[in-house]
Amino acid sequence: MSVKVAATHEMGKVELRKVFCDTLLDMAGEDNRVVVLDADLMNAAGTKPFRAAYPERTFDCGVQEANMIGVAAGLSSRGFIPFAHTFGPFASRRACDQIFMSCAYAKQNVKVVGSDPGITAALNGGTHMPFEDLGIMSTIPEMTVVEPCDAVSLGKIIRLAKETYGTWYIRLHRKPAPVIYEAESDFAVGKSCLLREGTDVTIFAMGYLVAEALKAADILAAEGISARVVDMWCLKPLDDAAVIAAAKETGAIVTAENHNIRNGLGSAVASTLALNCPAPLEMVGVQDEFGEVGQVDYLAQRFGLTADEIVAKTKKVLARK
Amino acid sequence: MNVNEVKKFAINIRKETIKCIGNLGVGHIGGALSVVDLLAVLYSGEMNIDPSDPRKDDRDMLVVSKGHAGPAVYSTLALKGYFPLEMLATLNKPATNLPSHCDMNRTPGIDMTTGSLGQGASSAMGIACANRLKGYDNYTYLIVGDGEIEEGEVWEAALFAAAKKLTRVIAFVDNNKCQIDDYVQNLCALGDIAQKFDSFGWYAQTVEDGHNVEQIAAAIANAKAQSDKPSVIVLSTVKGKGYSKIEGALGSHNMPVSAEMVEEALAELDAQLQAL
Repeated sequence: MSVKVAATHEMGKVELRKVFCDTLLDMAGEDNRVVVLDADLMNAAGTKPFRAAYPERTFDCGVQEANMIGVAAGLSSRGFIPFAHTFGPFASRRACDQIFMSCAYAKQNVKVVGSDPGITAALNGGTHMPFEDLGIMSTIPEMTVVEPCDAVSLGKIIRLAKETYGTWYIRLHRKPAPVIYEAESDFAVGKSCLLREGTDVTIFAMGYLVAEALKAADILAAEGISARVVDMWCLKPLDDAAVIAAAKETGAIVTAENHNIRNGLGSAVASTLALNCPAPLEMVGVQDEFGEVGQVDYLAQRFGLTADEIVAKTKKVLARK
Repeated sequence: MNVNEVKKFAINIRKETIKCIGNLGVGHIGGALSVVDLLAVLYSGEMNIDPSDPRKDDRDMLVVSKGHAGPAVYSTLALKGYFPLEMLATLNKPATNLPSHCDMNRTPGIDMTTGSLGQGASSAMGIACANRLKGYDNYTYLIVGDGEIEEGEVWEAALFAAAKKLTRVIAFVDNNKCQIDDYVQNLCALGDIAQKFDSFGWYAQTVEDGHNVEQIAAAIANAKAQSDKPSVIVLSTVKGKGYSKIEGALGSHNMPVSAEMVEEALAELDAQLQAL
């Protein structure tokens, strides 16, 4: 496994949902076990081209997330590889028991895709804004829980999900995202990606916050602070070795996530640190609040999911070293 | 179908069910006994299965969504030769492969893991979709309890099955009229179950005596004779059927079963065997 980090991180031109659908189409062409399910959100997920190409392998269930996940489990039990999408809150909160029992407990191979992570739910507001989905999903044994951050990592990680048996929860940002990786990057389950080397502090970021973490590292560098930046796209299994190495080598950690700091990346890293190698830790993320309606820029400020907040928390953690 | 043989099979399933629950001293006896006659019919030639090849890909499949009927299903499977009868004595013992609720990864012949009510309805529909994709014309059978269909997910699955024209699904409602806390009629009355499924786009039948193997078999034949809708057969059953002390009574969902009760029940069932 190796990744090649892009030299600059401008906003990508392609919508991530197009990458999602294109990847599904490629995989379906190669492997007739790939099937797609949705709960009346194929338009949002950008998967209508899949339905056009493979109508018999598409199951748009209507507005019934629980049944959709159960149907996916049944398809999996017969050897198919279902990708079942709905918005993150409904995938995680509403269908939790179906994912737990019919999928994970039953040792199925269902890929649950929850879109619009955290503040990217934007104008759908607090009812649709999952700050808890990673926590709900990662407390289920044997689940793999991931959040790609750009077009390249999304395509690669969707493919990795297809090739790795087991029930997955995949956070899907649908819109364009800043370019983080070059196309030749490869990803492996449980392995975080080092984006930028540093010696004073390590910033572990996920999803929307990865690009912000890189911006923060630039700001910190201008002030003489050397920050390591790691994309912790695989929340479970967590790359404990990277956390322990960061604690030993940089002595201070900041986590950054588009999620509640409780039961998300912050909690996971804290647990690994406490059990293995205690070190000062600060958490950028939602401080146990509900979401609310707004544009993404507003919500990022509102919940402190910004490069500036990462810089501030970094200075705070450095003061505790 | 040799009616006498099926009746005998049903009695033997009941005996094994009571023995294995009694062996531990507690278990889901009422709702296990109420589905025994259906299981006897399904496993007496109705289902295209091969106990020596439990994973045969184009077999008929059964999802027992009321997973707490596990002991009756295990007894049926053991009697059919899926695994040795002695294994029944391990029910719910440490490290058993026969847990209270059906587990496809532990027990030969179990097609889907169930236990959290309502979910088997959905997974059965997924299995039916999968079988159709594979080009098979096999049947997917589903057993749900009457209390279980208080779960909304069952009706999501019912809508889905009709919308997707899953014509090779035959579902059974074990209408034993009891749930844990009260009679279904008192707690969360279901109204006309068959009519509800009918309005959801299913071919619905009601079997007046859900313990009459000939009536059950006739309803299944009738379901198989039509081909444009999923089928449901509502079986009017008695919770705890076969052991007179608990028949139709509340409290048998999950109850202590003493050695004396086992002895008493086996004597009743042996008398039934003699009378055949």
